[in-house]
Formats: sequence, C-alpha cells, structure tokens
Amino acid sequence: MTDKPGLLTVEGICKSFIGFKALDGVDFTVRSGEIHALLGENGAGKSTLIKVLTGVHQPDSGVIKIDGQAVNVRDTQHAQNLGIGTVYQEVNLLPNMSVADNLFIGRQPMRFGFVNRKLMEERARELLAQYDLHLDVASDLSRYSVAVQQLVAIARAVDMSGRVLVLDEPTASLDRHETEILFAILRQLRARGLGIVFITHFLDQVYEICDRVTILRNGKLAGCALTAELPKIELVSLMLGRTLAIATHNTRRDRPVPAIRQFSFKGLGRSRSIAPFDLDIGEGEVIGMAGLLGSGRTETAKILFGIETADTGHVHIDGNPALIRTPQAAVACGFGLCPEDRKSDGIIGDLSVRENISLALQAQRGWFNRLSGREQTVLADKFVKALDIRTTDIEKPVKFLSGGNQQKVILARWLATNPRFLILDEPTRGIDVGAHAEIIALINRLCDDGMALLVISSEIEEIVAYSTRVVVLRDRAHRGELSGDEITASNILGMIAAEPEGASA
Amino acid sequence: MNTRVLPLYATLLICIIAYAACVFQFPAMFSTRVAGNLLTDNAFLGIAAVGMTFVILSGGIDLSVGSVIAFTGVLLAVLITRYGVHPLIAFAIALLITTVFGAGMGAIIHYLEVPAFIVTLAGMFLARGLCFVMTTDSIPIDHEFYAMLQGLFYRLPGGGRLTFIGLLMMVVFIIGIVMAHFSKFGSYVYAVGGNRTSAELMGVPVARTTIGIYAMSGFLSGLAGIVFSLYTSAGYSLAAVGVELDTIAAVVIGGTLLTGGVGYVAGTFIGVIIQGIIQTYIVFDGTLSSWWTKIVVGVLLFSFIALQRILVFLSLKRTTATSGG
Ligand SMILES: Nc1ncnc2c1ncn2[C@@H]1O[C@H](COP(=O)(O)OP(=O)(O)OP(=O)(O)O)[C@@H](O)[C@H]1O
Ligand SMILES: [Mg+2]
Repeated sequence: MTDKPGLLTVEGICKSFIGFKALDGVDFTVRSGEIHALLGENGAGKSTLIKVLTGVHQPDSGVIKIDGQAVNVRDTQHAQNLGIGTVYQEVNLLPNMSVADNLFIGRQPMRFGFVNRKLMEERARELLAQYDLHLDVASDLSRYSVAVQQLVAIARAVDMSGRVLVLDEPTASLDRHETEILFAILRQLRARGLGIVFITHFLDQVYEICDRVTILRNGKLAGCALTAELPKIELVSLMLGRTLAIATHNTRRDRPVPAIRQFSFKGLGRSRSIAPFDLDIGEGEVIGMAGLLGSGRTETAKILFGIETADTGHVHIDGNPALIRTPQAAVACGFGLCPEDRKSDGIIGDLSVRENISLALQAQRGWFNRLSGREQTVLADKFVKALDIRTTDIEKPVKFLSGGNQQKVILARWLATNPRFLILDEPTRGIDVGAHAEIIALINRLCDDGMALLVISSEIEEIVAYSTRVVVLRDRAHRGELSGDEITASNILGMIAAEPEGASA
Repeated sequence: MNTRVLPLYATLLICIIAYAACVFQFPAMFSTRVAGNLLTDNAFLGIAAVGMTFVILSGGIDLSVGSVIAFTGVLLAVLITRYGVHPLIAFAIALLITTVFGAGMGAIIHYLEVPAFIVTLAGMFLARGLCFVMTTDSIPIDHEFYAMLQGLFYRLPGGGRLTFIGLLMMVVFIIGIVMAHFSKFGSYVYAVGGNRTSAELMGVPVARTTIGIYAMSGFLSGLAGIVFSLYTSAGYSLAAVGVELDTIAAVVIGGTLLTGGVGYVAGTFIGVIIQGIIQTYIVFDGTLSSWWTKIVVGVLLFSFIALQRILVFLSLKRTTATSGG
C-alpha cells in the first residue's frame, strides 16, 4: 500500500486569517486507490485545508502537487478541471434551480451551442439511480429534504472527480441506508483508483471504510497512520491531545419517576405530518426520541414548539391549559428549541458570536428591555467557556467559525434563555468526540438542575446514555415508549425496525 | 405544479382580463393597429427590461438604465447632427460605450463588493451628468437613414404596423428567453441569484457572470437608447427619467422575485404589455390623466409582491411538510 504514488500531495501549507493561524505547516498526501480520513476537533483546520486544496483560499505558503507536479489552484473551477470533486461542509447547492441543473451546472451537455435539457435530465436520472434516488429531476431542489440534497451534492462531486474526491462531513445528515449506499459507491471509486478524502466525526465510519487517517490538531499535523494500526483510543487522544474516557454508557441515573409531569401534550397531531401523539414530561426528565430520518421526529419538535400548528390535541402546563400556536407563544411558556437544520434555521453569519448567543434571550426579554453590551459579553464568555467554543474572540462573525463551533453557538443561544423545557434536535451532529462527551455531560447536568429535555438523535448509543425515557417513532407516528432498564440499543433498534402494522406503509 | 410558474400565469391571466375589459369598453382596441402601436410605443422599455430581468435574476439591480438611455440619445444626436457621423457608426460607438460602462459597474460590484444599488445609483448620476456635459438642449436628428428605419414596417392583416423597433424588441425578448433558459450564461445568472456562495463553491465563474450581466444590461440600455432616439428623432438630456423604475415594475409584475434566482424573461414581456395596455386605455378614454398609469401600475406591483410572498410562504410550508427527520 505504501508504494502507491501520491496522487495529491501538499507540503508545508500555512494559512492565516487576520492573524489567526488556521493551518501551520501541514503535510498531507492522498494516494491513488485509498480512502483517507481527515480527522480533528472542531476548528482543527480540516475544512480550511480542503478549501486551500480546492482553490477557495490561497495558501500563504506551501505547495500543492498533483501527480507529482506543483500546481497553483486558482479557483474552484480550476480545481474541478484538475479532476477534484468536492462536497463542502456548508454545502447548500442552489435551491432555486432544478435537481438536474444542480448536478450539471457549468458542464451541461450542449447541442448547437444550447443546453440540451432533455439529455441533461436523462443523465441526471441515471446518475441518481445509482444512489437509489428516483426524483423528478426537473423540479426545484428546494422541494427535497436535507438528506436528499446532500446526496445530490455528493452525486455531483463524485461525477466530477476524475482523480480526487473530497467529502467534508458528507454523512452528517444521512441515515444508515443512505450511508451504506454512499460507502458502496466510495468502494467502487477506490477500486477504480481514485483518491478519496473523507472528513467525519463518526469514528466508527472511519474504521469501517478508511484506509489511512491524517489527524490535525490546532492547525498542525498531529499524526498520520494506517487505520488498521491505530486503535481508537490512540486516535482520539491524537485528536484531542489528551485521553478521553469514552464512557458514554450508563450515565443515566435511575431517577424515581416524577410524581407530576409539568408539561402534558394530549393528542397533538397534524394531518400529513404526524399522527396524534401523547407526551408528558416532567422537570428533571430527559426523553430521547429515536427513529429514522423522516419518521416524524422533526415534525414532533415543530408541533411542540408551535412552528407548525397542530390540527388536534391540547397542551397543559402545570395543569393549566396553554395555547401554543407560534414559536413566540412557546418561548413565553418557557420552551426552547435548538433546530436540526442550523445552516438555514439558526445561524446569522454576519453577527458576532456574542450577538448570536444573546439573540434568543433578547427576543424573550422584548426589544425594549435591552441586554447591555456588558451583559451580553458576560453571557457569551460564560457559554464560550462552558461549551468550549473555539473562537479567537467573541466579536468574531459567526460565519468565520468552523462548522462544529457554529453549532455550539446555536446551542448556547437556547441554553442562554434558561428554558424550562428544551428541545434539542440532533445536538451532537457535526460535533467532535471531545465536545460530544461534553454535550452529553451538559445534558445530564441540565437535567439535574431540573430542566425538562427532549432530545432527538440518530445516535442510539447516545440516547441510551442520557435518556430517562425513550420514545420511538416510525412512519410519522409515535410507536412506543421505553423506560428504565428497557432502554437498550437493541430494544430501540428493534422498535425502529419493526414491521409496520397494517399492510400499507 | 411548480409554484414558481404561478406568478407568470397570474400575470398572463391579468393581462388577458385587462385586455378583454378594454376591448369590451372600446371594441376598437381589438385590432392589429393597437397591437402594433403597443409594441412600437413600448419598444425601448421592453428592450431595457430584458437587461433588467437578468440583473434582477442575479439578485442585483440596475438604476442607471434611464440615464443611459438619455445618454445614448444625446450622444447619437451630437454625433449625427453636429459631427455628421453616419448613424450606423454612431450606433456602434454608443453601444460600445454603454457596454463598457455596464461592465465597469459589474466589475466594481464584484471586486470591490459594493452593493449594486449604490454602484448603479452612482452610474445613474454619472450618465445623466454626462448628458448635460454634452448639451443641455434638445437636439433633433434629421437623417435619411433614420427616416428609412422609421419608415420600415411590416403591414399586419387589419392595417396594423409591425415597425422596425417593435420587431427589434420582439427579437431581443426571444434572444433573452433563449439565453436565460438554454445557455450556460443563463444558468450562471440563476445560480448567482440563488446563492452566491454556493455558486462560487460549485465552480460557477461568478466574476465573469456578474460583469457579463451588467455589461449586458448596459448594452441593452444602449440599444433601448437607440430605439428611443429612432422613436423620438431627438436627443434630450432630460429624457427617459425614471425609466429604470418602469422596467423594474415590468420585471416584478412579470413574476421575477426581487431577491433573485426566480423568474422568467417571458414574464417581463407581459409586464411591459400590461403597462402598455393601461396607457392605451387612457388614450382611448381621453378624460383620464396619464398619471392613472402610475397608479394602476402601483396597485399591480403591490398585489404581485403580495402574491409572491404568499406563494413563497406556501411552498415553504409544503417543503417543511415533506422533508425533515
Ligand atoms: N474565513 C475565515 N476567517 C477567519 N477565520 C476562519 C475562516 N475560516 C476558518 N476560520 C478559522 O479557522 C479555524 C479552522 O476552521 P475549520 O473550518 O477549518 O475547522 P474544521 O476542522 O473544519 O472544524 P469542524 O469540525 O467544526 O468543521 C477555526 O478556528 C475558524 O474559526
Ligand atoms: Mg469543518
């Protein structure tokens, strides 16, 4: 394996942003026919390295070589012409254009100098069929879910990569099945001799599919090894620069079942979105919500929080009826929601870390009761420390933070409102192992402080680790509940996978 | 159905209803004569509106259109009447200047990252100022080539005239439609309007596209200026004041979103025709002040923006209902 040629090599890459050194003399090699994991904490510089490789940023110093020849990658188009296909972390594609346009923009099939739409759409259908996706390729991309959009972005990059394929956290919003399909395609590409760079925070996936790993820490190279020769514990300590006890299991305490459950939702539902469900939750409880993507988890969160109004059912808080038809009403009742799609629903890129964190609290207080600059600073400092948000200072615009750190900022925003009932939709997605453990610890701490939490997550182990009860969803309905010792990974999986009752699904 | 096309259909429907209502009151309006005049009278507006459609599709705005039309008119008058330049050469010079002018604005917008609103506002003052530098009078153009072009028309059945400039507008619209939907440049325009950062990361040549869009708008404003000059046979510094706003109105009534990324060039054509129909109606009525055009256009604009908001809202609702986890 080591004698394979370096397909894409970088040597001594340095890149600074206004005095902050994001990359510091990084060497990195992708060989032909390998899947190479690029790992590191949030803010370690992974995405920055990718952007330097693909011409989004110009390096301050260092060389990029393709097939042994030094190249100066001018811009993203140049990178594509060199045969490097990329899915960036903050991939949004073009929601206003058709699926086919998104797949082929810049390289549409032409006839007589005009775009041959028919041929383009035909090719788009063929391309997506490999991913088990059968979409109406002529309709807008925005009609499809985040996961589908992610697959479209991947399909585009794969189709363009003649030599190297770069995927920056491609699996963050994919479910198990979709991930399997992606991996099968990656293996095919590897067999064809492509070099693949794969960035992820799911370490299991690293061991499942990657041949080698390169680890970055604080913008420096921390190590490079064959996956097979690097035990997970060592890998994690290379990433964090310290050892981490990955003991996320059994942190759940056997709490006595609370006598009263302050928040009671009866028969809430919305046609075509989620079947009516009952949910009671008391202070100090953590309800884990498990289910596949599209099973109605996010819909449940949206109804609870008043983003979508329920057709049926009613809500009682502390025994009094409450009407929650808007998010404002929900916030007034002491609810908080940290949304799933933070890219579009949460972050305000041009505002600073401080402003982003104080936003929800300010909204709750009303605009006439302003938080002073000093209060905001205190607040932001507190959460930057508590959640270990990596930023040079709290006045930095959020868009300049790394992806994982942006997510922590949104989490901080909702924690700052000190809600009584907090809904977290996929709180650990895109967050590194170290921070992952911290967030789980934080969930446990919040629960001890008497907050009621509802946590939606695709990671079963994580749900097992902190939930006092687990609700399992399938096909847009709540299918069952587990509590106490019933909460095990296999039980949850069993319920998720159970055959749907009734013939039609 | 695609909710994106709805504003276009709504515009078309309103256009037909408006025309039918007019014909109901003044049956004489149902003639190729009126139709021909409609095209001739709005030719310069339509041509400029095609450029504006591309600009707005890309998420920008071009406020310099009216001034550039006036500038072209004055420049042509000065060149032809004062210096005896042949109109064809004068046309070429005017188009060259306005295209370079547009490209320059595009370059400033892209490379200096100044909002299009500011840059083209400056361009508007600059072009208007240059008119006054050349002359403050209204200069007539009297040239046989002009007379020849003005006399050129195709007689429609029923006695209507499809004039040279009317036809030119139609041709520009057809080229615009083809460019928007069947050229790479067109797809880049939609891409930049949809999400500039994504477009850049996907390898769309954003710089080239932005400069191209404003160059195109400059070129078409120049062409509109030529048409305006043929239409009025004169160049005057204070001509075409506020035409940029009429074109923006036509584009928005035609169903293009001001935020960019969504819309059709064909819609703009209908937007121009609606404005023309209202004007024609006022002429036929004879008692109404021409300001009624502005009032009706204002009302239409409001209702279209409201309609678009509602449609965007509805389509958002629908996507949230079908996506998510
Ligand atoms: N355009 C920019 N301006 C200023 N600082 C930036 C910019 N882009 C990145 N940074 C900084 O560089 C550092 C590395 O960021 P990068 O996005 O590469 O991290 P990452 O390893 O991809 O993390 P994550 O796992 O969270 O995605 C971060 O501290 C970030 O704040
Ligand atoms: Mg990143």
